[in-house]
Amino acid sequence: MKILTEHINTPGIETFDVYRKKGGYQAVEKVIKNMSSDEVIEEVKKSGVRGRGGAGFPMGMKWSFLAKPEGVPRYLVCNADESEPGTFKDHYLMKNIPHLLVEGMIISSYALGANKGFIYVRGELMYVIRILEKAIEEAKAAGFLGKNILGSGYDLELIVHPGGGAYICGEETALLESLEGKRGNPRNKPPFPAVKGLYQCPTVVNNVESIATTSWIINNGGEAYAGIGIGKSTGTKLISASGHINKPGVYEIDLGLPCDEFLNSDEYCGGVRKGHQLKAVVAGGSSVPIVPGNMFLKTANGEDRLMSYESLSDGGFVSGTMLGSGGFIVFDETACIVRNTWNFARFYEHESCGQCSPCREGTGWMQKVLSRIEHGKGSMHDIDLLVDIAKKIEGNTICPLGDAAAWPVASAIRHFRDEFEWHIKYPLEATKPGAVYMGESVLV
Amino acid sequence: MTTTTNKIIFTPERLAKANEMIARYPEGKQKSAIMPIMHLAQEQFAWMSQEVMDYVANLLDIAPIEVYEVATFYTMFHLEPVGKHVIEYCRTGPCVLMGGEEVYAHLKQKLGVSKGQTTSDGLFTLKEVECLAACGWGPCFQIREKYYMHLTNEKVDEIIGELSK
Repeated sequence: MKILTEHINTPGIETFDVYRKKGGYQAVEKVIKNMSSDEVIEEVKKSGVRGRGGAGFPMGMKWSFLAKPEGVPRYLVCNADESEPGTFKDHYLMKNIPHLLVEGMIISSYALGANKGFIYVRGELMYVIRILEKAIEEAKAAGFLGKNILGSGYDLELIVHPGGGAYICGEETALLESLEGKRGNPRNKPPFPAVKGLYQCPTVVNNVESIATTSWIINNGGEAYAGIGIGKSTGTKLISASGHINKPGVYEIDLGLPCDEFLNSDEYCGGVRKGHQLKAVVAGGSSVPIVPGNMFLKTANGEDRLMSYESLSDGGFVSGTMLGSGGFIVFDETACIVRNTWNFARFYEHESCGQCSPCREGTGWMQKVLSRIEHGKGSMHDIDLLVDIAKKIEGNTICPLGDAAAWPVASAIRHFRDEFEWHIKYPLEATKPGAVYMGESVLV
Repeated sequence: MTTTTNKIIFTPERLAKANEMIARYPEGKQKSAIMPIMHLAQEQFAWMSQEVMDYVANLLDIAPIEVYEVATFYTMFHLEPVGKHVIEYCRTGPCVLMGGEEVYAHLKQKLGVSKGQTTSDGLFTLKEVECLAACGWGPCFQIREKYYMHLTNEKVDEIIGELSK
């Protein structure tokens, strides 16, 4: 099913007129004229749609947590801070079909009783901010935003707000701090944003893709959405595919698609680049465990793995990974796992907000140790040191960035320890330009 | 480049835009406008000098420290003078797999600078940035608002040539 991308290649779909002609804003009319807020929340609950930013929390449930104290404004905030390495699907969606997000914002804001909605877009995507602002102007001119929408008495204003370059602002409470004009330091939870969020008012923060699903859900019903996918992984997901594949790009898949098909079919990634072999996969953004190719394709029980939350997590961190943001990165035999692990460690060190000692110190420490291993100056005890540092960060931080930094290191060592040992035992070999370990790495 | 004799002040258009930005946020929450206004300021003044940051603080009626702390947290704000074109090159994992390190080496060699430096003619400043959310279209860099994707050595030569005119 192509729920989000059905019309994405229609010329002019970024304009209100073409989007409307393709059925756009019908869901807004339906919702505002014929449905109560609770009825909209019910449909989203029935759909089973889960947060598409990476956490996978059921959206309808999150909406139902929203506190509704008298006389206190409520806010919907769209998280368009997309910064998880490997992920570019929100960029793709917003740039090509901005009205899908605008329509979703109207439906969602109505469901939550919010009269102001914010779209927090990472500052680097300033050109996308301009595209969204234009779409909002068009929707307003057509009477779908502003005061007394379609004569219903419902007012809604949408504001696009830029970030400034900070991965941590993808964490919902850091995002709210940033929106309030401060440094992006995450808050302790509880209280959750649903109770005390933006400006200490009840707030829901949802990912771009999650909000974008709502118009289809309203037009076709939550049950119809739940009928797509598999088990608790309902609906479709946008996968951002990059790395050593023939056809990098954004693909919308039914959840439950076999991993082998996603990687190798010409309809999707088109297989590993010609003349090369699969070595490893990061299936859901840099924060999820890296797994060897064969472990991506099959579970520990030898079953074919599927592109779904449950199947990718089968085996926990011993033999599994996570769907996460769907940032799908493929490594062939020319990729050095040690170098990539250092690269990711450097990313997390750079992006740590610095509040929590385990993360602030631990990310820097892991980066330094990985750097010396990568550059031929490692010692054998460095490997267990890294595992130990990772363990001491996990679970000891205010926000998940600490875990996100620990998991790539722990999993790379778990599955590719021999590659790290080779760097340490044979530094002259390992530091030759383009040198990659060709020993017992698991190839498919 | 700003000199000490030029007073830091928005053009009339930008001042109007800044006021419009402030008005978007709920009553009493004008500090939220700090980020959009800082982007506007960097657009006009090229980098966030102390004078620029103090000007922004004044516009928003907040203490200068409240601007300094934001400017030093978010990586998009330049805290030192920059060249005419700031090339922000993505250095994160997926772009590397797409060929990013080879293209970066070529770019550095062509410009004759390393990260953080400005070419002697003042045209280009090179910065390394983290994932720009364009991985499948990489390698990539951005200059101001524009994303340059699917980079190759040839494309780099073309872009630098164009911008050097």
